[in-house]
Amino acid sequence: MFGFCYMITDSIINDFSITVGTVNGSGSQTSNLTLQRALFKMGIPVSGKNLFPSNIQGLPTWYTIRVSKDGYLARSETTEVMVAMNAATFAEDQAAVAPGGVFFYADDIEQAITRSDIVAYPMPVEKLARESDAPPNLRGYIANMVYVGVLAHILDIHIDRIRQALDFHFNGKEKPIALNYGVVQNAMAWAAENLVKTDPFRVQAMDATDGYIMASGNTAGALGAIYGGVQFVSWYPITPATSLAESLNQYLPMLRKDPATGKNTYAVIQAEDELAAIGMAVGAGWGGLRSLTSTSGPGLSLMTEYAGMAYYAEVPLVIWDIQRMGPSTGLPTRTSQGDVNLVYYLSQGDTMHVVLLPGSANECFEFGWRAFDYAERLQTPVFVLSDLDLGMNVWMTPPFEYPNTEIDRGKVLWEEDLGKIENWGRYLDPDGDGIPYRTLPGNRHPRGAYFARGTGHDEYANYSEDPDVWERGMERLRAKFETARGMMPKPEIVTKDEADIGVIAFGSTDPAVREAQDHLADDGLPIDYMRLRALPVCDEVRDFVRSHRRVYVVEMNRDGQLHQILSLETPDRAANLKSLSKNNGLPLTADWIEGAILAEERK
Amino acid sequence: MVTQRNPQVNLVNLSKTDYRGDPTTLCQGCGHNSISSQIIAACYELNIPPEKLVKFSGIGCSSKAPTYFLNRSFGFNGLHGRMPSLATGAMFADTTLIGIGMSGDGDTVSIGMGQFKHVMRRNLPLVYIVANNGVYGLTKGQFSATAEEGLALKGQGQNPYMPIDIVWEAVVGRATFVARSFAGDPKQVRELLKAALSHRGIAVLDIISPCVTFNNQDDSHHSYAWGRNHEIALHELAYVPPAEEIMVEYAEGESKEVDMHDGSRIVLRKLGADYDPTDRSKILTMLEEANRKQELITGLIYINTGQKSLFNLYHLPDEPLNRLSPDRIRPPRETIAKVNAMMF
Repeated sequence: MFGFCYMITDSIINDFSITVGTVNGSGSQTSNLTLQRALFKMGIPVSGKNLFPSNIQGLPTWYTIRVSKDGYLARSETTEVMVAMNAATFAEDQAAVAPGGVFFYADDIEQAITRSDIVAYPMPVEKLARESDAPPNLRGYIANMVYVGVLAHILDIHIDRIRQALDFHFNGKEKPIALNYGVVQNAMAWAAENLVKTDPFRVQAMDATDGYIMASGNTAGALGAIYGGVQFVSWYPITPATSLAESLNQYLPMLRKDPATGKNTYAVIQAEDELAAIGMAVGAGWGGLRSLTSTSGPGLSLMTEYAGMAYYAEVPLVIWDIQRMGPSTGLPTRTSQGDVNLVYYLSQGDTMHVVLLPGSANECFEFGWRAFDYAERLQTPVFVLSDLDLGMNVWMTPPFEYPNTEIDRGKVLWEEDLGKIENWGRYLDPDGDGIPYRTLPGNRHPRGAYFARGTGHDEYANYSEDPDVWERGMERLRAKFETARGMMPKPEIVTKDEADIGVIAFGSTDPAVREAQDHLADDGLPIDYMRLRALPVCDEVRDFVRSHRRVYVVEMNRDGQLHQILSLETPDRAANLKSLSKNNGLPLTADWIEGAILAEERK
Repeated sequence: MVTQRNPQVNLVNLSKTDYRGDPTTLCQGCGHNSISSQIIAACYELNIPPEKLVKFSGIGCSSKAPTYFLNRSFGFNGLHGRMPSLATGAMFADTTLIGIGMSGDGDTVSIGMGQFKHVMRRNLPLVYIVANNGVYGLTKGQFSATAEEGLALKGQGQNPYMPIDIVWEAVVGRATFVARSFAGDPKQVRELLKAALSHRGIAVLDIISPCVTFNNQDDSHHSYAWGRNHEIALHELAYVPPAEEIMVEYAEGESKEVDMHDGSRIVLRKLGADYDPTDRSKILTMLEEANRKQELITGLIYINTGQKSLFNLYHLPDEPLNRLSPDRIRPPRETIAKVNAMMF
């Protein structure tokens, strides 16, 4: 029997969302990534998001895949195609399908189909898993390939592309590829024989992913760091930052053997906690190594003390914060942009930090290497603020580009340099940019050494409690921060014709804001969009705020943290800055942004 | 031609002044000042250029001490209890350097117990000195975790808790060099420092260093009087530099030698009972016995020169990492296509 019994005249092609509801730890990630990758290789813009519990095995988990001919990669509010593999969420999942949508379900779940406005397809998951060649202990995992096959048939996903995705996933290993592919083929054949397509959804090959790659922000950030010459990594496991350090462990041995000696030009230590992780990173940064640690909010809380010391003693290092939902342990597996204020001001006293805000996987790579140049040039900790959505999910993104500037080690003096300088003081500011010259341990010049400390010190690194010396030192640090303001990556601006309304956002909300911008233009409300790429903000940001009648600051936290910072930066326009914040742990959607702006504008 | 050696300089042509630090701001008579002097003497006598040494410390009176020795060495006065992590990262920058960590009992076994334990387990090459006085000096006289049960301090009442034994923690923590000494026994402190500076791994020196202001009553276990009256040295210890003859002959069974990686030797002349500092299994019994008899056991308590140091685990180039040129730390341009291909 043919799958298509009649022609569906108004097909919905390449514009819908698939959500797969499974049990955590059941191995569905392989199936979901296979679907996502196959669609990507068909040339269709696609994004995937894992909405998972803080659990290893047993709790419900969802994976949502959006296919979008228009290239919109944000999470969608609606699910047109639902795959129900979990009895515990069967009813909930069925209720969540958009009217006119599709509901694939494992036929061993003996629950009623109660909706008449959706198309329901049963899938013989257990049966096909049993009939596969899989040993009994793998049957549960392999069962997830059944929905890949059934969806492939009903939605028209190319089997060759699925094969390609499996080849990649299993790194060319014949046995698991054959096993999984066999189940997909059998499921496709079963669907062809037993299901009649009555829904309008299908995919069609495009060429819209040519020249793109797929990568998670954490993988990209790790690779960027490797190209940035990272030499020392100390870290402690924490969701959602772990995969950044693990990617470093994966790729460093491949890419960072010393061309001269074949030895490692790096060291990675898994520390006993975040206190030690940053302590080691500060030590290494002080020692002259390109030093990195990666963590999330709770870890950052523990790192606070050393972050402040590194600011005051002027030690370069790079700290990645893959944000998750706080306060406290919060929602460890849900995304957030709630650490903006935390990192910007991290530690006691007048501490201010430089922060990079990557907005894509590609930019995680770029900031991965650039962060070291900023840290060493400015002799200060540089924070890279990513989040769970950007960091852990796999994104289609432009290929990584080889760094287009030379490595900048900043103002470092070795023996021969000191020989030419009469009066060197570790904290003197001879260039007037607030940035002093530093020496590194191992420097054998008799005047090369200095004593670093977090206590008050003068320009020659001597202990000092002198009120004037203290004030002078802190003013210079402020001057250095102003130097940073002009050095950091400029914001990206996307304008629409004659817009007098603006939106400022940053990080992983980028796809949602861009999509909302298009929708709002269609609604007759053009808005200009500025994506911040760093803190402190530069003059362009103030100009943007001042040149728009109203500016919405879109972010994923409760208190509008970036909105607060921007209000301080442009106090004369504070009344025209409106905070639009959402704080539910899910990636932002265009619909929400569009609705929130329209609600304000039509008040 | 025979060159005349200036009696005022050592083999690297430096005078003792080249090893000095700023004038101390600790109390007069503080044990830490005595330790500082012995660090200066040991480094001078070992002919180590000060630029080859790096100092680290945490927070507290002890941790202020590194400014009172080796002004020509780099140093970093870190955070309370966090000296070990700081030193771990920094020492990777140039593994040819010799690290000296200066800590106290509060810094090491109260706030810093976690990092203390882990730096031992990693066997970071570092001379880790604990200037142990049983009291918080900088905050004016609170009990520390090494204060003995029942100790009475002015304004603090009586200490109700059992003390932590730093040597015991170090042995259990798998430190590869563990010694105890007494600031009132400068000669032993110096010889132990020399041995520790030649050790490739973590060398923990628990030095009872009396606080003359807050905890030097005669019956306090961290006082000068107590130390003088209760110190039992396990052995007479002599450090023999590389390529130097052992001048004194000991009778069979009278002494034990330990060979260090740099060719130096430690000669331990038996004083009382037989004691073998390479046998880890006997240490706790010995310490338990000493505690029972209220003896302050000093000397080289444990040494293991066979354990790999942290740096031996990392396959690093001989050239210091912090001197590698940019082309050696950035992968070549042609690799980027391969990386992108790996991303799917």
